[in-house]
Amino acid sequence: MEKTWNNKAWFMVLPVLVLVAFSAVIPLMTVVNYSVQDTFGGNQFFWAGAEWFEEMLHSDRFWAAMGRNLIFSAIILAIQIPLGIFIALNMPRKGWGVPVCLVLMALPLLIPWNVVGTIWQVFGRIDIGLLGYTLHALGFDYNYVNDPFDAWVTVIIMDVWHWTSLVVLLCYAGLVSIPDAFYQAAKIDGASRWAVFRYIQLPKMQRVLLIAVLLRFMDSFMIYTEPFVVTGGGPGNSTTFLSIDLVKMAVGQFDLGPAAAMSIIYFLIVLLLSWVFYTVMTNYDVEK
Amino acid sequence: MAGTREAVADKDKMMRDAATTTGAVHGGVVDEALARRMRRRGEESRFWWVVPTIYIIFLMLPIYWLINMSFKSNQEILGAFSLWPQNPTLRNYAVIFTDPSWYKGYINSIIYVVMNTVISISVALPAAYAFSRYRFLGDKHLFFWLLTNRMAPPAVFALPFFQLYSAFGLIDTHIAVALAHCLFNVPLAVWILEGFMSGVPKEIDETAYIDGYSFPRFFVKIFVPLIASGIGVAAFFCFMFSWVELLIARTLTTTDAKPIAAIMTRTVSASGMDWGVLAAAGVLTIIPGALVIWFVRNYIAKGFALGRV
Repeated sequence: MEKTWNNKAWFMVLPVLVLVAFSAVIPLMTVVNYSVQDTFGGNQFFWAGAEWFEEMLHSDRFWAAMGRNLIFSAIILAIQIPLGIFIALNMPRKGWGVPVCLVLMALPLLIPWNVVGTIWQVFGRIDIGLLGYTLHALGFDYNYVNDPFDAWVTVIIMDVWHWTSLVVLLCYAGLVSIPDAFYQAAKIDGASRWAVFRYIQLPKMQRVLLIAVLLRFMDSFMIYTEPFVVTGGGPGNSTTFLSIDLVKMAVGQFDLGPAAAMSIIYFLIVLLLSWVFYTVMTNYDVEK
Repeated sequence: MAGTREAVADKDKMMRDAATTTGAVHGGVVDEALARRMRRRGEESRFWWVVPTIYIIFLMLPIYWLINMSFKSNQEILGAFSLWPQNPTLRNYAVIFTDPSWYKGYINSIIYVVMNTVISISVALPAAYAFSRYRFLGDKHLFFWLLTNRMAPPAVFALPFFQLYSAFGLIDTHIAVALAHCLFNVPLAVWILEGFMSGVPKEIDETAYIDGYSFPRFFVKIFVPLIASGIGVAAFFCFMFSWVELLIARTLTTTDAKPIAAIMTRTVSASGMDWGVLAAAGVLTIIPGALVIWFVRNYIAKGFALGRV
């Protein structure tokens, strides 16, 4: 759409600016403030410069949490995106099945995150949970409380359960926007199922897939509540992701300086990724 | 379902056959081909329901397990493993509905969620209009900056939020949580609304001005009704993200405004976990989501795509 140049539009954006400044800029400045200072309690602060940042960047604990988080995000994307596309392709396009599918599939998205954690914590328990009990009865040595591998599997299945529907809904939105004429043309050309997917459906889903990949990456990169409820970051540190580590440091140990430095590094990474997302997406819009 | 589809196709064909035999001037050959194609499509998708069904069963199993547990007594949960409650009891729900410290949690959650939704939508509406209609100094940077707030890890903000709201004496009030959740909900609302507003042709604005509408009157009387579905979707998403968030809500509250999700953690007592009540509380947190989702079911997908499909 052709937009007119009008700087008075600023007045319409002003309420949002004030509100977001209050809820984002002020807290962020507090974090910056802490990241360059040291304190021994009370209200006495000393200038520490880049000390905390250096400490963080040389900290094994930070890089271990970062590594775990990146692996987690990679696994999540590798499972959820193809699975989401596959389910969206098999969803009904019309009839009574559509609202039923949409509502039931969206249900996990609306459950408070710690309840999601609770559900899986219970579901996976070997004494009272359906999943844990069944696996145990089948002879698997499954116990997410003691075994890091089982803990990872549980957290990943939980995230797949929780968020795959988001990918499904996005892909579905892309798929229903394809006019029937496209399919008819493909039929006349005798296109195979794969060709229809590759040359009609996939290009049409490109944009929503982009949103899906980035939303899923961002959200899995800052995951906190669900694994915290299920595993508490353990056994050991095996499921301590970045956010869990950060909260442990800031609230648990009250190491404000290092925690603030970590927050800033964390936030900068997210900022960089958001920028890539935004640029790719606006470029895509321009091309269109 | 597949059967019904075929039946419909068959009926279609029969009707067409009847039409041709009664002499209606239709391309009989074309209709024949169409009917055949429809039938073949019906055959192809006879098993269309398999994948969604398996997926939905996978989604429903853990939820079913929670519901199942919520109707059992603690002895039964810990004692015998059963797929459905042997001695169904409403005791767990009774605990929640009779104890104010439990049901107040629901009221608290709903209060701050509604406050947040109202605040987010009312500030986002004019901003989204500005972004969708005008170019102005720094608009793209501003839009990007808003986006970054949606992407900000709540863990980064938990502690500074606590200090900020302490300084204003707002700790343990509903408005504190409602304002804090604006961090991610306002950008989201602006994005979704901007997507919907861009779908409304600009000619409508211009025509209204020519007809002598002032801007506020045009906005309220004409524009808002036009994007009513968009407002509904944005409100739904604000509701949703405020409802599911816990880290910030828990940090900012102690007793008076504590959300239900945080109260759930106190089922751990000296005598062990009260699994039944925990499950019942969990089931009750799912219900509001299930209710609101029904109203926006046709727009959910578009909303998740930030109004940009």
